[in-house]
Amino acid sequence: MIARTARTLDHRRNLLWLAALVHRLSGLGLAVFLPVHFLALGLAINGEAQLEGFLRWTDRPVVKLAESGLVFLLAVHLLGGLRLLLIENLPWPGWQKQLATLAIGISVIVTSIFLVRVF
Amino acid sequence: MNVRLYLWQRLTAAVMVPMIMLHLALIFYATRQGLTAADILSRTRGSVAWALFYGTFVLAASSHASIGIRNILTEWSPLKDRAAGVSAMGFALLLGALGLGAVAAVVSP
Repeated sequence: MIARTARTLDHRRNLLWLAALVHRLSGLGLAVFLPVHFLALGLAINGEAQLEGFLRWTDRPVVKLAESGLVFLLAVHLLGGLRLLLIENLPWPGWQKQLATLAIGISVIVTSIFLVRVF
Repeated sequence: MNVRLYLWQRLTAAVMVPMIMLHLALIFYATRQGLTAADILSRTRGSVAWALFYGTFVLAASSHASIGIRNILTEWSPLKDRAAGVSAMGFALLLGALGLGAVAAVVSP
């Protein structure tokens, strides 16, 4: 029974399964964030001061850290999605795992640069 | 996911690839010396180009995200296909309305 369960879950150790999970969870995270993002920008309808007040609230380190997380989600979803579009529209390359690793690596670098800039 | 939704999700993804790249570049540019409302609004107010760019971005993102949410609800929640579709449609309308409202707020002169 345990061996069968282990075999059933074996695919979860595959890097491309993890890449698909990261793509899905990053998309979900962005979908949850978008309404908040739109509501915040919508503050500008009441004048510059309201938007400015909100932006000054976002100066807190914890918010900047959260923003860095969002930059990571956006970058990793973009690059993961680009990989999917390539798989589906071009001849299947044999280096899918390398592409997935590259997508995550570039996203980490982009997020690190963002972190350095905002702190 | 049916073929129509699959194709629509891929089409919106392809449309958004250059848009997200530009959006990320803008995030980096705008945060170079701290983000201010005056800085953002001086670029966007009265700009037809930014209205078209972000209006298209909002519509593509709303469609793309809601199809993704529909897939997640179908696969990871107890909701049946129809209920997942209705929920996703509601989410698309909410995102579209909030997003276009936000675009109007920042581009209106």
